[in-house]
Amino acid sequence: MRVSVIVFPGSNCDRDVAVSLKKFSNKSPLMIWHKETSLPDSDLIVLPGGFSYGDYLRCGSMAANSPIMKEVKKSAEKGSSILGICNGFQILTESGLLPGTLIRNQGLSFICKNTSLRVENDKSFFTHNYNKNEIVNIPIAHNEGNYFADENVIKDIEDKNLVAFRYCNKNGDINEETNPNGSLKNIAGIINEKGNVLGMMPHPERATDDITGLNDGEKFFTSIIESIK
Amino acid sequence: MKSLVKIMPKKGVLDPQGKAIENSLKQLGFPQIKKVKQGKIIEIEIDADNESDAREIITNASNKLLANLVIEDYEITFLKED
Amino acid sequence: MIKIDKELIEEHGINDQEYEFILSSLKREPTITELGIFSAMWSEHCSYKSSKTWLKKLPTKNNKVIQGPGENAGVIDLGDGDAAVFKMESHNHPSFIEPYQGAATGVGGIMRDVFTMGARPVALLNSIRFGDTDHPKTKHLLTGVVSGIGGYGNCMGVPTVGGEVEFNSCYNDNILVNAMCVGIAKIDKIFYSKASGIGNSVVYVGSKTGRDGIHGATMASAEFDDDSDEKRPTVQVGDPFAEKLLLEACLELMTMDIIIAIQDMGAAGLTSSAVEMASKGGVGINLNLDMVPCREKKMSAYEIMLSESQERMLMIIEPDKEQEAKAVFDKWGLDFATIGILTDTNHLVINHNDELKAEIRLDILESGAPSYDRPYKIIKESAFDESLVKETAESPINILKRLINSPNLCSRKWVWEQYDHMVMNDTILRPGGDAAIVRVHGTNKGLAISTDSTPRYCSADPVEGGKQAVAESWRNITSVGALPIAITDCMNFGNPEKEEIMGQFAGVVTGMIEACEILDYPVVSGNVSLYNETNGKGINPTPAIGGIGLIENLNHFSTPHLKRDNDTVLLVGKTDGYLGQSIYAKEILNIISGLPPKVNLKNEKKIGDTIRDLININKLDTVHDISDGGFLVALTEMSISGGIGVKIHLDEKDVSPKFLFGEDQGRYIISVPDELISDILRILELKNIFFQKIGKTSGTKIIINDSEEIEIKSLKKIHEDWFNEYLKG
Repeated sequence: MRVSVIVFPGSNCDRDVAVSLKKFSNKSPLMIWHKETSLPDSDLIVLPGGFSYGDYLRCGSMAANSPIMKEVKKSAEKGSSILGICNGFQILTESGLLPGTLIRNQGLSFICKNTSLRVENDKSFFTHNYNKNEIVNIPIAHNEGNYFADENVIKDIEDKNLVAFRYCNKNGDINEETNPNGSLKNIAGIINEKGNVLGMMPHPERATDDITGLNDGEKFFTSIIESIK
Repeated sequence: MKSLVKIMPKKGVLDPQGKAIENSLKQLGFPQIKKVKQGKIIEIEIDADNESDAREIITNASNKLLANLVIEDYEITFLKED
Repeated sequence: MIKIDKELIEEHGINDQEYEFILSSLKREPTITELGIFSAMWSEHCSYKSSKTWLKKLPTKNNKVIQGPGENAGVIDLGDGDAAVFKMESHNHPSFIEPYQGAATGVGGIMRDVFTMGARPVALLNSIRFGDTDHPKTKHLLTGVVSGIGGYGNCMGVPTVGGEVEFNSCYNDNILVNAMCVGIAKIDKIFYSKASGIGNSVVYVGSKTGRDGIHGATMASAEFDDDSDEKRPTVQVGDPFAEKLLLEACLELMTMDIIIAIQDMGAAGLTSSAVEMASKGGVGINLNLDMVPCREKKMSAYEIMLSESQERMLMIIEPDKEQEAKAVFDKWGLDFATIGILTDTNHLVINHNDELKAEIRLDILESGAPSYDRPYKIIKESAFDESLVKETAESPINILKRLINSPNLCSRKWVWEQYDHMVMNDTILRPGGDAAIVRVHGTNKGLAISTDSTPRYCSADPVEGGKQAVAESWRNITSVGALPIAITDCMNFGNPEKEEIMGQFAGVVTGMIEACEILDYPVVSGNVSLYNETNGKGINPTPAIGGIGLIENLNHFSTPHLKRDNDTVLLVGKTDGYLGQSIYAKEILNIISGLPPKVNLKNEKKIGDTIRDLININKLDTVHDISDGGFLVALTEMSISGGIGVKIHLDEKDVSPKFLFGEDQGRYIISVPDELISDILRILELKNIFFQKIGKTSGTKIIINDSEEIEIKSLKKIHEDWFNEYLKG
């Protein structure tokens, strides 16, 4: 199993996701500096959370133009799986690997809290250990997590079952009240059509340690690791 | 009447966003670009009898809310009506 | 040449006596650059001239202290070669002028103090205080400060795990923003600021120097007046992205055995870092300002020396290691410039544009710094007039509802949800409890951290207030099962040239000394902010205490939230029902006079030590200390956070505001499961600790003596609504 975590200037969840990956795979991922112009063969490439380039201009916009992203795109085309969490999701939309964009939270402020998510797609590379409609508790921490795309894109995503997670409450209700940031259709994470790229705003790596009271991210990482094997 | 308020970091005040964009552009292969500053533009539609009245109102609004005078300057321009 | 006249000297905050000393030491008139340097180094902020005679008396040592006050931050031993590095600092005046940037750069500055010592910052806390909620500036200042703190800390990827927020009219025109940072380092990899090695290079790293905050250090020590708006352009803008790069670059370099000494450029920028580093090492320092990376053209020596541009560090390294070091900073895209050399002259020598701009013997700046033994008078309120407490027909639950929906007792969730409090994945106990718990990464040890102060107590009785601030911190750390180790203090006071204000300072320090000694809880770092007044009106004396404790084994700790039905709830510690300076007296009775509750430190220690043993030895898992608002408010917080109700049974005489809302000190509420109750009762009796049974946990309501009840859900809503309602309007 070969996993690479890309480190951009301003990434700050790179260590956290590496710790979670190691916990479930017993192997430390490679940490790849954004200025690298080549990428080792990888089964999984992770774009971690954080504030790449300070989130200046638009979140993820400058990271999407980093030298390493050319290589990430090539790997994606060749079939490597790509996971973008939080800022990583923003980088994926900015670089065109996923459709839509993430705009400022409806409430106009940064939100850090636990959220309930409903698993929408339980067949993917990243989520197959969950059950469809399972409610999982995974925290968010972002200022620009409000998923937006035009109607056609949304229709396409939904028709093809490409929504991975939606924000909900403990009962799985999906409505305005259970939407923390204004995302269209409560979308928290999406997958590309090929099924090898997933972007999500919530942080599964923050839900992998019993002592913190959150462990619903475990099935996420075990799904990925089993898929690679 | 339509007006644009251009708000920019004051001369001499650190502009972290501009600085990061500038470095990024250099890395992307635009060595000719020497300096980047980032501000914002606010478009305003206003009811007023003439431009000078409108300017007074918008100046007032800019001082009170639109610009953070501690770190920003602003400039008001009027758009030609179609 | 700029003429040095009386007005200019005054503008630099240097008095006649101090100027005489400068003339006689230099044996000539100072240059403008030199005057600026004297002014910065001798400002209250850098020299502690009014406070140092008192600060010297604070206990600063115990068997865990590695480094006490005098360095960039304090250091304590956590065992296994790990150390915690921590400090709290104020950024009050800049935050009043530009709340977002002021608070952001405050957070940035305190993080640099910690990582300059080789520690990775792992937790931020902040103690913030605003004016009355209906004061016209309060909302703007509150929202600006909170988003500034979040903006900087979130971007850095360091969790903000706790803090306090208070509203009081005494802060109307002088808010307080005190930021604390805790870092973790290896004991054998701690870096200090003492320069050494004649001929070694003085290296500047980080962001470029602009005309930011010139005179900032002087501004931070000058009383505000109605013209202070004119001082606006001096506010610094923070760049957390640059600081994140600086952090990673410094920590990377620190693994390479290159740095001899390092200090951040904080207040008074290059001046204070150069002077302090050289003075500590007993060496001279020559600087060539032509080499300083500048953001703007034509900056003068005066401006470069006094600029407070953020995200910069000064280091001493051996000349032959410059290339190796530079490569690290190049990688992170940061400036790296050799700007000077250490000498054996004991002088600070500054050249710019081929001209000598300053030449000052360092001992004049440091040891020649003024120190004042200012006259003081400790004034306290007269005794609380019990007769003012009238019988009330209002039901306890109704009063409770009003109290938990009041600005100083409502939930702070609106604030801390804007801070990333989980990044780094080691936050074990999040904000909202007594102390936050942060795991030492890769170990099973935890740090318990909190910030505390009760300024209204300090104002009413400085000595008792000083004791209480330290005792409350100790109690909060104890409540989670940690052993309190040491504190950092941020002392916010008014104008020390006034006897009664100096008396507040002297009184609070006196109280703190007693508490630190008895509780073995020394001060290892801190900061003093004086002249916190507007148009002559002082703030309440506010010693913000940042406390740290250690949990040796995270397999067991305690939290405030109720966990099970059918636990026995005990109130540990004696309740006399003292209402002086309580929130009940202020919010419900409108009485703000009278003495605060007394702190019995010996008793405090006995009860706290016992509670800690109950947690660690007997595996008690639910504890909350009682502070603002008293017993019923504390119990309600436990209920709300756990989502479990309590059936309270009290003697009828105790169903009174005095018992329910009195703020007697040294008390805890514990919730004990059946299997532990007999052991715990036996231990409390054995130790002769007063306790009373309050009731049983059950259901989803708080019920008092089977007659009054309320759903926890509705209490939760009332508790959490205040901020939303306030900011909506």
